[in-house]
Amino acid sequence: MTFQQVTLSLAEGFLENCRLFLETLLFSIPLGLIISFGSMSKFKPLSFLVKIFVWCIRGTPLMLQLFVVFYVPGLLFDTPMRDRMLAALIAFVINYACYFSEIFRGGIESISKGQYEAGQVLGLTKTQIFFKIILLQVVKRIMPPMSNEIITLVKDTSLARVIAVGEILLAAERFAGKGLIWPLFYTGAYFLIFCGLLTILFGYLEKKLSYFKS
Amino acid sequence: MIDVINLTKKYGDLTVLDGITETIHEGERVVIVGPSGSGKSTFLRCLNCMEDPTSGSIIFDGEDLADMKVDINRHRQNIGMVFQQFNLFNNKTVLENITLAPWLIGRKKVKGRAARAELKAQITARAHELLQRIGLDDWADKYPSTLSGGQKQRVAIVRALAMNPKVILFDEPTSALDPEMVGEVLDLIRQLANEGMTMVIVTHEMGFAREVGTRVFFMDGGNIMEQGTPQEVFGNPKCERLQNFLAKVL
Repeated sequence: MTFQQVTLSLAEGFLENCRLFLETLLFSIPLGLIISFGSMSKFKPLSFLVKIFVWCIRGTPLMLQLFVVFYVPGLLFDTPMRDRMLAALIAFVINYACYFSEIFRGGIESISKGQYEAGQVLGLTKTQIFFKIILLQVVKRIMPPMSNEIITLVKDTSLARVIAVGEILLAAERFAGKGLIWPLFYTGAYFLIFCGLLTILFGYLEKKLSYFKS
Repeated sequence: MIDVINLTKKYGDLTVLDGITETIHEGERVVIVGPSGSGKSTFLRCLNCMEDPTSGSIIFDGEDLADMKVDINRHRQNIGMVFQQFNLFNNKTVLENITLAPWLIGRKKVKGRAARAELKAQITARAHELLQRIGLDDWADKYPSTLSGGQKQRVAIVRALAMNPKVILFDEPTSALDPEMVGEVLDLIRQLANEGMTMVIVTHEMGFAREVGTRVFFMDGGNIMEQGTPQEVFGNPKCERLQNFLAKVL
């Protein structure tokens, strides 16, 4: 097994991690926003239910949630989950949406009431106020915690191997099974490089948003 | 211009406004004074329904603003408001702060790209005019965080003016300012007063109240305890609470 072959084989696995990462972001950010609105709802039963849900998701291991999504449909409804990647994606989206929702809620609630009121007294609608005035200020505020969470997500994607998604660590473990240990450690390089790029990207975005203070 | 009828505001068991009936006429400059907790800011904020009245009516332009079915946003376009904390939009430049609402509201009423471009140009020109008036046109592209308190408040005032409101409500416009910046803000409000703008002002600046007001309300315990011309209220206070209040603040 040459270095090149291992690199390629691991890269193939890491592509699965990247796919899971990107798709999770794509769906969990909008879902997180919806959940955050739910938890901030003035309709108490709704906000209570949403908070219970967020508690359940944040209070249990992601690994357990992977097992639940993967096995429970088959056990309860006799419709086994065939697509392992889809199962992983569902678990990741729900899990991360809950974490994001708390970040969004914190960000939205940290914007001073005056910003809303100034829009209201000018006759702007709630939607206009949210999208034209509040949203960008929230984005700026939540940049640091979001980058933290997103970098955690990169590494969490390797948890998908517990339901046998062919991601990078699973690929490396296959080598280990054949007596080749070093690819296992080599996987770290992939994560390091990917997270390094993300760190640069977030630094750039934070700088981009530094033109105003709030 | 604004008819307030039996306005009551309660927070739970606490009665903040206790059945106020009053009319604010066009061209009037009503100044509201009183101790803190007397309900003066709540009264002001009920006039444009920033606080929803518990009961009673606010009649403006022939409609009851307290009625939930009324399109309050449409009426708020005609009722300017200036806050103690300025509340400029942090993520918008000084110019955008002024043009944002006229543009968002105005663009719905015109069709076609050319007409919209013309509207935008008009709104921008008007904003520059207003900024020139307060000597801040050089600051048009700056962000609010770079302005002093006095500058922020003057921008907030012309932001309200840009909507061409029929009346402007001022909620303690100078209370958050450093003393040396109070003058520039009061000067601007005074100019608007001289131009005949209808306004309702909650303030702690008694000298200013006396000079600018056409009518003064003294509020205490959720009621207008006494009212009259500045000469009457400040020169010849009748009720004991007003006398005590004036003894403390003058």
